Amino acid sequence: MLDKNGIAQRIAQELKDRYYVNLGIGIPTLVANFIPEGINVEFQSENGILGMGPFPWEGEEDADLINAGKQTITALAGASFFDSATSFGMIRSQHIHMTVLGAMEVSQNGDIANWKIPGKMVKGMGGAMDLVASAENIIVAMMHTNKSGESKLLPECSLPLTGLGCVKKVVTELAVMEIKDGAFHLIERAPGVSVDTIKAATAGKLIIDGDIPEMKL
Amino acid sequence: MITKIVANSWEATEGITDGMTVMFGGFGLCGIPENSIAAIRKRAVKQLTCISNNAGVDGFGLGLLLENKQIKKMISSYVGENNEFEKQMISGELEVDLIPQGTLAERCRAAGAGIPAFFTPAGYGTEVAEGKEVRIFNGKPHILELAFDASFAFVKAWKGDEAGNLIFKGTARNFNPMMAMAGKITVAEVEELLPAGSLDPNAIHVPGIFVHRIYKGDHFEKRIEQRTVRQRKTS
Repeated sequence: MLDKNGIAQRIAQELKDRYYVNLGIGIPTLVANFIPEGINVEFQSENGILGMGPFPWEGEEDADLINAGKQTITALAGASFFDSATSFGMIRSQHIHMTVLGAMEVSQNGDIANWKIPGKMVKGMGGAMDLVASAENIIVAMMHTNKSGESKLLPECSLPLTGLGCVKKVVTELAVMEIKDGAFHLIERAPGVSVDTIKAATAGKLIIDGDIPEMKL
Repeated sequence: MITKIVANSWEATEGITDGMTVMFGGFGLCGIPENSIAAIRKRAVKQLTCISNNAGVDGFGLGLLLENKQIKKMISSYVGENNEFEKQMISGELEVDLIPQGTLAERCRAAGAGIPAFFTPAGYGTEVAEGKEVRIFNGKPHILELAFDASFAFVKAWKGDEAGNLIFKGTARNFNPMMAMAGKITVAEVEELLPAGSLDPNAIHVPGIFVHRIYKGDHFEKRIEQRTVRQRKTS
């Protein structure tokens, strides 16, 4: 079973050289810590930076330099700043090659719910709806089940949707799954996790084709 | 040269009245017009509809207008981190319209570009699309969104000149340029206000034509919402 860093590390294996990448808040942010050797990528933060670097050294924080999670960051060589319309322009026009975000629920046809729980304080969708409506390559990083142990991989989402049919891949603490043809296709198991465990934790349609390899981290 | 300089935040906010729709630049607390917000609080105008990506935090940013009960409605993409906001929203005092961030940006841009409406894929199939016209372009459904209509836009820039030209710094640019273009009256507060000719015309982010009033802010607190740092290794 993976921890949050393990999930991020596995997702980082999806990065390809020269990718522009948008990372959401939470586990997705950790992906930046595991960029494979020899791969050059640039991170976009939708509040208006390409070429986002790590957190600043203590004492070098700049109130005018933050990411979409409102955290202080740095800008790497080659970085650029731009306004919010330009930022979402590059998102909608599919200049961003990979988007990683968290989710409350994902359905077997790739629908995602990650912004609203009825009856609870709604904080808003931020840029998530724009991202999922346009990105070609959306990877969800999340835990397989919720706090009550219920599967988050469902036949249909029960929560209000963020986007329809958009998620291509899900990486959880248990498994890597591809979404196509209305089903979750199990492609890798987390270290030490059995296919039966994954089956038991997946409420949506799960396709298991042949021997499922353990992921290599 | 047409000069846009006004003396201070009080003069800059002249004409704002109860019930107006107004825009505020900024993302989180980054690049917010803190001096204009302070003046609007002093003016005690009520029932404002505020278009702003976020709603500030308790005691800072638009949180100052919220706690003074000056806001009737917020149009935002994300409103966390604010107890006063939550209280007023739950009690029904405050109306909230949550819209996707890219759509918020584009509705500002459209307003400043003379485009009354546009189609976007964002929000299709979600409750955001309810009641909106849907059209298929290139095989993909899009929803119709309208340009905003705001009486005032309050923005914050790093440098400006007496002609109203603006330059922003870092990610403090965010919504400020599009809102500057969208306001019927655009008020810019700047950290440095310079004579015409001091700024390189090649480097201007917002041309002065969009700015009606410009002033040097008295005080910029520039509060940081999430201070994240790397610790220096001590050897």
